[in-house]
Amino acid sequence: MSALADHLIIAPIILPLVAGIVTLLLGEPRRNVKAGINVASSFALVAIAVALLVKADAADGPVGVYRLGDWAAPFGIVLVADRLSAMMLLLTAILGSAAVVFSLARWHRAGAHFHSLFQFLLMGVNGAFLTGDLFNLFVFFELLLVASYGLALHGSGAARVRAGLHYIVVNLAASLLFLIGVSLIYAVSGTLNMADLAARIPGIAAGDRPLLEAGAAILGTAFLLKAGMWPLCFWLPTSYAAATPPVASVFAILTKVGVYVLLRLWLLLFGDGAGASAQFGGDWLLYGGLATVAFGAIGSLASQDMARLAAFSVLVSSGTALAAIGLGQTGVTGGALFYLASSTLGVGAFFLLVELVERGREPGADVLAVTREAYGEGEEEVDEEDEVGLAIPATMGALGVAFIGCAVIIAGLPPLSGFVAKFALLTAALNPAGAGQNVAPGAASWILLVVLIVSGLAALIAMTRAGIRVFWAAPDRSVPRIRVIEMAPVAALLLLCAWQTVQAGPVMRFMQATAESLHAPQNYVREVLKPGAAPSGGTEP
Amino acid sequence: MTEIVLAIGIGTFAASGMWLLLRPRTFQVIIGLSLLSYAVNLFIVAMGRLHTDMPPVLEKAGPGDPALYADPLPQALVLTAIVISFATTALLLVVLLAARGLTGTDHVDGRETPP
Repeated sequence: MSALADHLIIAPIILPLVAGIVTLLLGEPRRNVKAGINVASSFALVAIAVALLVKADAADGPVGVYRLGDWAAPFGIVLVADRLSAMMLLLTAILGSAAVVFSLARWHRAGAHFHSLFQFLLMGVNGAFLTGDLFNLFVFFELLLVASYGLALHGSGAARVRAGLHYIVVNLAASLLFLIGVSLIYAVSGTLNMADLAARIPGIAAGDRPLLEAGAAILGTAFLLKAGMWPLCFWLPTSYAAATPPVASVFAILTKVGVYVLLRLWLLLFGDGAGASAQFGGDWLLYGGLATVAFGAIGSLASQDMARLAAFSVLVSSGTALAAIGLGQTGVTGGALFYLASSTLGVGAFFLLVELVERGREPGADVLAVTREAYGEGEEEVDEEDEVGLAIPATMGALGVAFIGCAVIIAGLPPLSGFVAKFALLTAALNPAGAGQNVAPGAASWILLVVLIVSGLAALIAMTRAGIRVFWAAPDRSVPRIRVIEMAPVAALLLLCAWQTVQAGPVMRFMQATAESLHAPQNYVREVLKPGAAPSGGTEP
Repeated sequence: MTEIVLAIGIGTFAASGMWLLLRPRTFQVIIGLSLLSYAVNLFIVAMGRLHTDMPPVLEKAGPGDPALYADPLPQALVLTAIVISFATTALLLVVLLAARGLTGTDHVDGRETPP
């Protein structure tokens, strides 16, 4: 029993891998079976992530260090599931489940191998969140990127291929930067294990330190590119807006992979215990993040269609998280994590909603119709029979309410979680020493305050304008036919945000605990490097 | 001497790759990415220090003096990196052909810039 529970850490990687392979082997005609496997696997991932989260929150320090092949830490690759990893796994699984249920209505028929690619993407993302080794991180990054290339082109069409080409080239270039950074760090420190690296950095010779920092900076550039920091983000809005809605919704977590790695590595390697390199590059994160927020806000004001608006909201979301992390205060990091969860869910829901809202406005289904002709015409009738469209009463009403929910979360207005997140973040930024203490905040905190408030206003204006244009000032629009399984994921994501608001106390406590363990990584390092005492005791003879 | 030759080689690959990456035709971009990945692969090997006549694998007699062996890890890394960049280049080629077919041009933006 306990042996099985120890192996739970690797389940978020193995399960999507197996599901992806099985769906790959099934062949295109059995699409319903594939869809079933995909949904089952995604929901199982939610359950696994919840289990890991509960375990991580109960234990002090990283719950589980899973030694692959039972090699001890600096020599073998380890998977580490602490609070942050478990939380990101849960976010991925929730967003993935919502997107896959949404795709069942029509989008999964828009091209080949949707379900396999989707599972491989989840596997790559989960692996990136779990791994404790830099090169293994590279491998998982490549896995998730290759799957995302396929998914970005899902549905085909000139616009997607055009945007996908940019996406692929930019990410390939970033991967090369990643490799340069990793090899520089290895050359200086002689290790690729993150915990071992954190232990060795204070002792790096002064002459080698510039080389190490150059390596870390190049590595950071690669992650900043994936997180979409200005000026490395010009590829993002076009390719996210061009991707099919369920794919774009999952892509909302891809930028968060970049944010996650920066958060993890920066606090682990260049935290307060890093000697001469402490806080290296923090200002870059802070001001780069602020510039990203500004760029995203201006972009969302300028965007003509809602998909682009959603893509710019992704930028604002990751910019805010980066800037808050760059401030380097425990309380602010906790608020940033809360914000990360709420904004990821909100933006994911918005990407799904955009397609539903736009459906009544223009014949957006033409691309789909063409590809549907190309892929399996024969099953059309079968699908029509078992998937009878259910007319939701007051469709427009439901869409409107969901739209308002998304707008409130993304703009950060009360009463939903976006407001709680920004409030927590700014309170901590303006009160560096904690509540009751009267310590003057630095200039950076004030800039953060102004930028966040103004960007919230910009998001509100952009969303309101889009809402008025779509819901009120469109007399010729027809009420779109929307099925329950398309509306349910959006509603579920928004309800989760509402739940996050209601349960703000416990959730915030969890986020603060996460931030504290990130800012004091000694426990993490000790647990990972602990010799012997293999947790996978069941496999030993 | 080896160091200088290798450094010049990496620099030439990287510079040509970078220049081609910034060109407007998709084929130039893909060749540029390939050249850049060669540069990076050589760089990874160089990061394991340059040696001649030093095996990366321990001999049968058992572990001897580590100074007599090359660092095997960068060689393992570079193998992985080669495989991955090979696969992604192949994938990019497919996308490149699809873009050429769908947009009718080999410009990276999918449309010719007006003269």
